[in-house]
Amino acid sequence: MWALTLYRSTIGKKMIMAVTGLVLVVFVIGHMAGNLQQFLGPGRMNAYAAFLKSTGELLWIARLGLLAATVLHVLMAYQLTQIKRAARPIDYTRREPQVSTLASRTMRWGGVLLLVFIVFHILHFTTGTVFPVASRPDAQYPAFSHTDVYGNVVSAFRNPWVVLFYVVAMLFLLLHLFHGAWSSVRTLGLSKPSPDPLHRRVSTVIAVVVWLGFTAIPVAVFFGVIR
Amino acid sequence: MNLTLQVWRQPGPEADGGLKEYQASDISPDMSFLEMLDVVNERLIEAGDLPIAFDHDCREGICGSCGMMINGVAHGPSKATATCQLHMRSFRDGDTIVIEPWRARAFPVIRDLVVNRGALDRIIAAGGFISAPTGSAQDANAIPVSKQDSDAAMDAAACIGCGACVAACPNGSASLFTGAKISHLGLLPQGQPERFRRALNMVTQMDLENFGHCTLFGECQEACPKQISIDVISRMNRDFLRAAVTAPSDRAASGGDG
Repeated sequence: MWALTLYRSTIGKKMIMAVTGLVLVVFVIGHMAGNLQQFLGPGRMNAYAAFLKSTGELLWIARLGLLAATVLHVLMAYQLTQIKRAARPIDYTRREPQVSTLASRTMRWGGVLLLVFIVFHILHFTTGTVFPVASRPDAQYPAFSHTDVYGNVVSAFRNPWVVLFYVVAMLFLLLHLFHGAWSSVRTLGLSKPSPDPLHRRVSTVIAVVVWLGFTAIPVAVFFGVIR
Repeated sequence: MNLTLQVWRQPGPEADGGLKEYQASDISPDMSFLEMLDVVNERLIEAGDLPIAFDHDCREGICGSCGMMINGVAHGPSKATATCQLHMRSFRDGDTIVIEPWRARAFPVIRDLVVNRGALDRIIAAGGFISAPTGSAQDANAIPVSKQDSDAAMDAAACIGCGACVAACPNGSASLFTGAKISHLGLLPQGQPERFRRALNMVTQMDLENFGHCTLFGECQEACPKQISIDVISRMNRDFLRAAVTAPSDRAASGGDG
């Protein structure tokens, strides 16, 4: 069975990571673009949120798809990390990285942080289970509401700790995308031979745009640009 | 030049090893790194100690025998240079140089800086060959090969199998080596009959040898004395994917039970 052959090989596992990673890259681009409607006021943002909810089964198909992609991505990362650890049982006393980027070296632990962030983010804005309010709550939006997405965002990002966590997590997303968006394409063998194979234009643009778009919202709320 | 060496000494595969300090005095900057070690070894022998064991053969950068981690960099500080072609002028008087063997589960230490790279040979044996008719030599240029393909194949064929890619890889992956071997044969018409089975078998052997996976750090390409590009890894993955999805099972290939 070809699927088993792939699953059993390190290259196949890496390809599963690449495909699920690319699915998630497409998702974060869309998610970021949708979120930017926060800058257009409560009417636009809440209408967009209501539209997403109105899609019913489609929304659940998308959610389950994203969940499956995330689970596979994390599972493969875990398995490959175990393989990698076993591949060098005795480490060097001294090893000097020559060309590897900060992004490539933070994929594992940055990825763990992003997983923690995703869990928190869902409990925060989707279910409202964990919703730390600011020391001086917004008079207009005092608590979590399932219908007022705009208000939830304004209320949530008045808390400096929440803003800090989001800003730090997005820095790691920037790094994760800078390496991941580029390396997925190479892992899948979809790249053309290049005189400078470590050069990555498209994934730099994706990483920076996604980072700016996502970071803009908590920062804008915190400094009162969005109120 | 006077240098301080910290060299990994390990009497045998099962023995414990450790870094030991040696003074390398009156070293000429025109010596190669291996000649410097020869001088140190001669003095060790004169003093009645065991010399530092290290692999070497041609000493002109083409055999792939030599190789060690020098100050944390595979083959030392010079780019596109095997250890034998590294000269002492790359160091400064008074430097401390840490010398360690390649470290990977697939490369067990035999003694000091000598590791067993048989795993790379077994990857080659799993598919690094072509079928060629023997007995009747063909006309030399009977099979046309495009310039691009012949250049790319020659670039991949430059691999000397020294193992620096594995040594430099944070994951201990042999992807650059295996990718180079798969590309060098797979790019040429002579390598087509076994192209996909080769990719499947060599990658399977690579995994069996307990090498790590590729995460595209790019360290292998930088460490490679022959400057082989990580493009060969993309090509290996492409061939492996196609092989895994389309390769007929052995039973079908042998014509079944009939």
